[in-house]
Amino acid sequence: MKLPFRWGAKAPRPKQNAAASQGHDKGVMAFAHTAEVIRAEASLKAAGLAVRVMGPPPDMRTGCDMVVEFELVREPQARRALTLANLAPMAIAPVQAGMLEPVSLFQAKDFGQWLMVRAANMKLTVDKTSRIIVNISGGGCPDVPALAELLVGQTLSAAPSPLSRGQTLCAYALELAFCEAKRLLAEQP
Amino acid sequence: MTWALSAPWLVVGTVPDESIALLHGPCVLDRAGLAVGDTALPVRRGTPALLAAACAACAVLDLETPQTLLAGDAGSGHGSRKAYDRLRAVLPALAPRGLTFHYLFPDLAGHDQVLIAIQALPVRPLLVADAGFMYAAKMSGQALEYDLFTPDAGELAFLADELAPHPFYTRGFLLGPEAAPAELIQRAWDSGGAAKHLLVKGQSDRIVHEGKVLAEIDGPQTPAMEAIGGTGDTLTGMVTALLMSGRNVPRACAIGALANRLLGQLAHPTPATPVAGLLEHVGEALRLALETEAALPSKR
Repeated sequence: MKLPFRWGAKAPRPKQNAAASQGHDKGVMAFAHTAEVIRAEASLKAAGLAVRVMGPPPDMRTGCDMVVEFELVREPQARRALTLANLAPMAIAPVQAGMLEPVSLFQAKDFGQWLMVRAANMKLTVDKTSRIIVNISGGGCPDVPALAELLVGQTLSAAPSPLSRGQTLCAYALELAFCEAKRLLAEQP
Repeated sequence: MTWALSAPWLVVGTVPDESIALLHGPCVLDRAGLAVGDTALPVRRGTPALLAAACAACAVLDLETPQTLLAGDAGSGHGSRKAYDRLRAVLPALAPRGLTFHYLFPDLAGHDQVLIAIQALPVRPLLVADAGFMYAAKMSGQALEYDLFTPDAGELAFLADELAPHPFYTRGFLLGPEAAPAELIQRAWDSGGAAKHLLVKGQSDRIVHEGKVLAEIDGPQTPAMEAIGGTGDTLTGMVTALLMSGRNVPRACAIGALANRLLGQLAHPTPATPVAGLLEHVGEALRLALETEAALPSKR
């Protein structure tokens, strides 16, 4: 199998609608816990809203946290979607300077039978033939060991998405590595 | 005033099980496995892997095993907060000689309160931070209060990024191939993201003091180790035990790094090997590494 290995592959960015990509009229929602941000992002995307997670501006940072960036004009629709998911943002504010983007670089390492994909501080290793996740390393948030126990031994197709079970930024980084591994080791038709 | 070697060393971390309440006491590693009190702890990765390696190393070094403060936390952060609170409560009476912080929810307020409590102790303990607590320590802007951080390549880039509050936000120009480790180390030091010492894990392990590389250890090479979850934990565990023995930070890091590399050589792992398959070799790996100690530049 020929794999598209390259150092520092750029992550494909989700398509956004025109207003969201023009960099104005945006706001951020802050939540009490990273796990709520993960759920909010999924709920808002399911409602058809163009959102993405970002690092909070410096004065809002508490540690392992992120905010959801969205189009301010769609705030009522966003609030309805969140209410349906039993979520309520702690604060909504216009986008400020100083916000950080999540990592978008991946590094893939070929071990012959196995492929390791790194995103930020998380590494996920997969058997290239069976597509079974054989190891997860790196990370420092407390859900990493729990996620590893859940994912290791499962195929990329059968394994749950790390974001569906994780609660921290390390889980988010693992999700990026997981998606990149699925892209590199796409299921053969 | 300095500590006697008999003063306790405390490892603070988590286990990924929210049903486990706080565990505090010495850890025990025997044929039945790892335990704190009556609670058996499966050793798959994370803080239990650190503790198992530390216990095995303590047996070689003829030391009591470290004290532990463990919280059940699978990512909610609740257990970590309990650990931070309990730590502040027990610190004055425990008067530890050293602390190793590990998988903890990187909560800035929790970190700062713990550090203030440590700074209030009559004698400052040696401070080692790895994993989530290292992230919080760096983000707090007080990395210099720590004696040792143990980052891997991705975490080193994070330490070098003065804007990133977590590795998830590390900027691309620091993560790519053009970012040489030596430059990242210097940048981390210059920007206040590094502890006094770093043990940078990688193809070549680098021991760093105040931004300068003191030593590089590049053999034996077992590339599969990079993929195995828990190999950084075994290294931090062995380094903790070596610090408990009274060795200084660079010496403990040098012996620990070599021992961890020998662990790979002895276990012949593949990228699919679990860290549990390495732990049985910790004793032998450390004994072999200690045989090289006479060649190191300074005693203790």
